[in-house]
Amino acid sequence: MRSGVVMKVLSKDELLSYLRKMWLIRFFEMALDELFGKGLIMGTSHFCAGQEAVAVGACAALRPDDAVTSNHRGHGHFIAKGGDPKRIMAEIFGRGTGYVGGRGGSQHMACFEIGFVGSNGITGGGIPIATGVALAFKLRGLDRVALCFFGDGAANTGYFHESLNMASIWKLPVIYLCENNLYAMSTPFDYAFPVEDVAARAAAYGIPSRIVDGNDVLAVRDAVKEAADRARSGYGPMLIEAKTYRYYGHSKSDYREYRTRDEELDWQRRDPIVRFERFLLSNGIAASEEIDEIRRSARAEIDEAVAFAEASPEPDERFVTYGVFA
Amino acid sequence: MHQQTKAKMDGSADREGERREIYFSWAIREALEQEMEMDSSVILIGEDIAVYGGAFRITKGLVEKFGPHRVIDTPISENSFVGIAVGAALAGLRPVVEIMFMDFITLAMDAIVNHAANFRYVYGEQAKVPIVIRCPAGGGRAYGATHSKTLEAWFMHTPGVKVVVPSTPYDAKGLLISSIRDDNPVIFIESKLLYSLRGHVPSEPYTVPLGKARVARDGSDITLISYGRMVQECEKAADMLLEDGVSAEVLDLRTLSPIDEEAIAKSVAKTGRAVVVAEDNRTAGASAEIACRVVENCFEYLDAPVKRVAAEDVPIPCAPNLERAILPNALKIYEAAKSLLDWGK
Repeated sequence: MRSGVVMKVLSKDELLSYLRKMWLIRFFEMALDELFGKGLIMGTSHFCAGQEAVAVGACAALRPDDAVTSNHRGHGHFIAKGGDPKRIMAEIFGRGTGYVGGRGGSQHMACFEIGFVGSNGITGGGIPIATGVALAFKLRGLDRVALCFFGDGAANTGYFHESLNMASIWKLPVIYLCENNLYAMSTPFDYAFPVEDVAARAAAYGIPSRIVDGNDVLAVRDAVKEAADRARSGYGPMLIEAKTYRYYGHSKSDYREYRTRDEELDWQRRDPIVRFERFLLSNGIAASEEIDEIRRSARAEIDEAVAFAEASPEPDERFVTYGVFA
Repeated sequence: MHQQTKAKMDGSADREGERREIYFSWAIREALEQEMEMDSSVILIGEDIAVYGGAFRITKGLVEKFGPHRVIDTPISENSFVGIAVGAALAGLRPVVEIMFMDFITLAMDAIVNHAANFRYVYGEQAKVPIVIRCPAGGGRAYGATHSKTLEAWFMHTPGVKVVVPSTPYDAKGLLISSIRDDNPVIFIESKLLYSLRGHVPSEPYTVPLGKARVARDGSDITLISYGRMVQECEKAADMLLEDGVSAEVLDLRTLSPIDEEAIAKSVAKTGRAVVVAEDNRTAGASAEIACRVVENCFEYLDAPVKRVAAEDVPIPCAPNLERAILPNALKIYEAAKSLLDWGK
């Protein structure tokens, strides 16, 4: 991480806000894991612990009025874009105070007001949606961009190939951000891809690409900033591949038989949050007491989110058939 | 010269003092053109719709008038261009998508069923998906099994999308304008054989409300319930029945989702007999749902069982005689009606 350049551009407050958001996401997922374990939440969930730097770095490079689409592993994206952990937690609890009143659950939340155009339970489903949002931005003469989070698995869907092609020929202001966490559920990247990198595929569509260390929040931010500036100036889409890793299994029913504990430990040594803390300390940007305080307050905020969700009422069944049509 | 050319293209006689009659195809084009003039958020998306004007030339000339940023040719990527239209609709546009042949909508099912249809219900009031998906559909042109289907039943089965099927040039324009102005996803089904049908169409913009059926012909002995091109066949069958002294009512549903149960009940309560006619194939088809609504709502009024006339459960064959053999037509409708009139005798 390059402290000199970073400190010229980013204030201490800004940098500490990245740390806090990453901790919020980590604690959020840890809390969920515990709640599922205790049987306090129904349904399924896909945790993003280990990938926090991608969500936070990307959203840090966007404007509040830019849009993002997310996937099934979307809690981190939502928190990074400014979502309130209380209402995200309540949604996963199936409570009326959740972002979409319990109708969506973990994989189907949205808050258009803050530019979160939805998590998505169909792998790759967010790719054309983000592309279409970018088309609307362009045709309406707005200088906003759309960013699409998706995994390596989604890069094998037709949506990926078709949408990148159209975004390129129409020069749409869209950023394709692939979080390559090496496994599509259990399918290893090197089984499902005959190429080394997802980024290689950008060339087929005449789109520039970047490969970044997805566990380096500042590297992700830099790459997305470059893509956003480019898109805003009318030069069209970019594909960014962030190499990262998910600590938990694909979903809560996964025993991780397809990968080794050694590999997991190896990635944990490159933990994005620990690395960023070290960066802040070694460059004298923050003292260890400040970092401890950030961690403590993030933990407290997630505890509050759980308490809020648990105390919230269930959605009102009387309205379950309402609102199918606008 | 310009006038003459236009008169030819839209099929209008354009004689003074006469009601203007134009082709069904031109009525659709006119709806698109007038809505695009009125609302800059209306855009067209589809394969070969710009210079070529679409496989059926419906959008011919619109790119010259509105430019390539509003009449957008796409690569052959149905799932993604429908998905892109859904995203654009969420972000403030009103895309009208053309699926070249309705058979190809199978390639876009995820974008429609898992995305367009879900967003309003799941995301709530912040989300609306005002997208119209125009689908030239139906058999009768010997195009074979991948260019002839009518797939309305799949979308009647999908909560969150509306299904609209005009049967006349007047309705084609009015229902399409209503569909474009509607804030929900609409599957708009255009029977290819109706494109050359001429009928009265006012030149100014007007709407025909979605969800409201139309009594195409008043009658008292039996109700023929249908939609789209089969309404014409029902009217022919009604003529044949009239020669036998039978007064048949023809009910044109216009919209299959939402379906006008009230109009169905009102008509069947009056006539006591119903034949449901659909070009869609029989099993779990549109005719099954409509017939069920008749039975659920009108059982006490029925003097005979409900009959269905629908396409056979086979892929659409290509040879004209084979195709004719499996599709419903006036004679089959007439025979079904006669069997109900004779029922119990």
